[in-house]
Amino acid sequence: MSTVVPQGRRPRRITAGRIGVYAFLITAALFFLLPLWIMLVTSLKPMEEIRLGNILAWPASLTVDAWTKAWSSACTGLECNGISVGFWNSVRILIPSVILSIAAGAVNGYALSFWRVKGANVLFGILLLGAFIPYQVFLYPLVRIFSMTGIYNSLPCIVIVHVIFGLPTMTLLFRNYYAGLPLELFKAARIDGGGFWTIFLRVMLPMSIPMLVVATILQTTGIWNDFIFGLTFAGRANLPMTVQLNNIVHSTQGERAYNVDMAATMLAALVPLVVYFVSGRWFVRGIAAGAVKG
Amino acid sequence: MDTVSIQIPSARAASTQGRRLLRTRLPVALALLPTALVVLVVYIGCMVWTVRLSFTSSTLLPKLDWVGLTQYSRLFMNDRFVTSAENIVIFGVLFIAGCLILGFLLAVFIDQNVRAEGAFRTVFLYPYAMSFVVTGVAWQWFLNPGLGLQKVVRDLGFPNFTFDWIVSQDMAIYTIVIAGLWHGSGLTMAILLAGLRGVDEDLWKAAKVDGVPTWRVYTSIVLPLLRPMIVTATVLLATSVVKLYDLVVAMTMGGPGIATEVPAKFVMDHLFERNNIALGTAAATIMLICVVSILAPWVYARYVRPQGRHA
Amino acid sequence: MGSVSVRDVSVAFEAFRVFDGLNLDIEEGEFIVLLGPSGCGKSTLLNAIAGLLDVASGQIWIGGRNVTWEEPKDRGIAMVFQSYALYPRMSVRENMSFGLKMAKTPRPEIEKRVKHAADLLQIAHLLDRRPDQLSGGQRQRVAIGRALVRDAAVFLFDEPLSNLDAKLRNELRVEIKRLHARLGKTTMVYVTHDQIEAMTLADRIVVLKEQKVQQIGTPGEIYHRPANLFVAGFVGSPQMNFIQGRIGMNNGVPEFVKGQRRLSLANYQFGGRPPVDQDIVLGIRPEHLEIATNGTWSDLMIDIVEPMGADTVIWCSDHEGSVQVRTNSSRRAVPGESLTLSVDVSQVSLFSPETGDRL
Repeated sequence: MSTVVPQGRRPRRITAGRIGVYAFLITAALFFLLPLWIMLVTSLKPMEEIRLGNILAWPASLTVDAWTKAWSSACTGLECNGISVGFWNSVRILIPSVILSIAAGAVNGYALSFWRVKGANVLFGILLLGAFIPYQVFLYPLVRIFSMTGIYNSLPCIVIVHVIFGLPTMTLLFRNYYAGLPLELFKAARIDGGGFWTIFLRVMLPMSIPMLVVATILQTTGIWNDFIFGLTFAGRANLPMTVQLNNIVHSTQGERAYNVDMAATMLAALVPLVVYFVSGRWFVRGIAAGAVKG
Repeated sequence: MDTVSIQIPSARAASTQGRRLLRTRLPVALALLPTALVVLVVYIGCMVWTVRLSFTSSTLLPKLDWVGLTQYSRLFMNDRFVTSAENIVIFGVLFIAGCLILGFLLAVFIDQNVRAEGAFRTVFLYPYAMSFVVTGVAWQWFLNPGLGLQKVVRDLGFPNFTFDWIVSQDMAIYTIVIAGLWHGSGLTMAILLAGLRGVDEDLWKAAKVDGVPTWRVYTSIVLPLLRPMIVTATVLLATSVVKLYDLVVAMTMGGPGIATEVPAKFVMDHLFERNNIALGTAAATIMLICVVSILAPWVYARYVRPQGRHA
Repeated sequence: MGSVSVRDVSVAFEAFRVFDGLNLDIEEGEFIVLLGPSGCGKSTLLNAIAGLLDVASGQIWIGGRNVTWEEPKDRGIAMVFQSYALYPRMSVRENMSFGLKMAKTPRPEIEKRVKHAADLLQIAHLLDRRPDQLSGGQRQRVAIGRALVRDAAVFLFDEPLSNLDAKLRNELRVEIKRLHARLGKTTMVYVTHDQIEAMTLADRIVVLKEQKVQQIGTPGEIYHRPANLFVAGFVGSPQMNFIQGRIGMNNGVPEFVKGQRRLSLANYQFGGRPPVDQDIVLGIRPEHLEIATNGTWSDLMIDIVEPMGADTVIWCSDHEGSVQVRTNSSRRAVPGESLTLSVDVSQVSLFSPETGDRL
């Protein structure tokens, strides 16, 4: 029996439970980090070392050859200009798509939350349901429509597709945000004589900065990571990075250059990863906001 | 007695009212017009078109004949499609259940007042920022039996260790599940952790005063409170199950053989490579029916029933 | 059994010390109210007593036992929270019996205690409902019931009535007081920022501000002999009037001087020697000022009249400042009218303007 008189802070014991908590978390962290680590070390090794060595080991002879090759001379099918082509294609697709889809979502969200329009709720309801319908249901007729209008397989075509399929999430995001603003604000602006666009541009948009940031994060990662639309609508000249990456990995003749594959993969993951690490909590907020579908 | 003036709407008043209505309503209508068109043409029009095509004998080019359910009976005789359907069920169940369990455990463990909480959160969630193509390529390389995980373990002194699921007919689909879990459980963790942080602190105190063990608080008190977050996460995960395509293409190309074919890939292949539009759209229609039948009870529970109760 | 003793306790958050060497002794069966504005540390103190918060130094004794290192459940306490903290998706009965089940209490005993508590609080008819089917007042009754079944010697209340509307708050306040009387030897420690709750419930009030005890005393002492300016201003509504002035001497008798106005302090019990010729703050409650025909202070002008039903508050002023007077509502008062006040000198308090302490 100890004769210590209990006084002050309870003595902290390092319990088995505590160790268990950290053991679980660290094991999980390793599981999540492992693929990234493997991609990184593989991309920095020469092929001989990959063939012989340990996939987990740090490269014995470190080289960035694979990176330069992946960037500028890896073959995506018949052409061998590296994944840089895809990178720039993705940038050209990304910028107009992000801007237009956010603008559309903001206007829709604003119109739906503050202005009473007949049929608006039906419109919004169908849009929301549309978010859950598999894309495969829409793809073929869309291809036909774009072929008929003559813009199939072009930059405008892929941008329009991204805007169309970004509508549900973007509209929902802004509608929920504006629905959370006090209606009195809108009423005051009406009494002060503001019209539809004046109120939107002068009152609502300046208050939407947080949502604009969230929407930008969401759309940037979403559109950059898209594969199926790029594959179907962009056309050979505009294939985005994800499609190019898949082509590099799956169309190599002869022996596969794993180091080049991994360098290309890392390059393709770079933009969303940078967005993720820079945005931090905003990213989580973005998914949480996008998550309240319906 | 005070006189009460009664306004009689004159023709003039009506016309100013009309003009006012026009002035306020017109911009709203114009602003919503593009969306309305998209809904009408794409979300409704294309859907109807696809369904219609599934009743035709279209191959390379669309035809508008009528062959009834011929394509559907062909579809269910098609090994590739049957395998796809089985695969998506296996993947769906394991992926959703796995993400929820792993995500919940991660959230609970992170909630234990641990050091470097932010670092753990960042590590668990970063895969979600990456595309399925990247995920697929990375896991394909890691699980490659010749140079990947299997070789590492064998070199460590277990020469009989075998982990060749990715090239095995029976097991390849489970490697897709593993890659999916890696990609998606961080998202579940983030949603559930936000839910855990929203739990009233007094509730924890009350349970402590009552002497309820921590694990019991989680199962009996906190878990029921997380139901909305669990529903949200499930819906979100379910939509990515239906869309499963890129991951398979990047990781296994549907192989070995047809072992990891999935419906989305079946549709894409038949529409754009195998020139069998009718069969492809029939498969797409089946996907649509499945999604609607899963979605309907949720929509009913969430929107229709509560309205009925309040009315 | 139910005495509580806080001995030299310090609580720290990270590097920030919330309390430093706090002492408080609570007798068995006493009803103690910790009163103060938000952020004064009253809830922190309560959580420390409950064991929900580790103390950095010092000891906590409950029922003659040193419980500094004990788990909350082993301290012989029960607690009621502001947000009710009822377990969701459990019926009222399950809510009340959950803790007992955890403690492996025999089933018949649980049933007996739940029935007893439910009868006492008149919630027997709600036992099979779930919290989301109850009103706020009913929820708080259930929360009290959950505390009751623990048969604890000490009850801790953390702002239990703050989430209720005014009418319910009054009702439950009386109920809690009745409960305390009926339970007899049960000690209650009650945290609130509401001075009326404190005055009506407490045997003794502990007034806290910025993690420091300002005064400990019976409601009467707190009200009539506030220890400092903060206590004087915090307790009482309408607020005590504070008048800046000076201490003068008139034939060896100290008097309060403000401009032309004077007030003899012959009957005031100074804590020490009267600080002659120094600045001073005189505090007088509105009900201790009376409208009189030949009072001490004349030529005041009525500003605003606030009828409150039972009585009326009259704001009156001269060019130097304003005071509130509480009078019988039968008296008619019109803004602009001039009046004369008499001061009940036995009821004034004097404070040092520098330290704020009572003189």
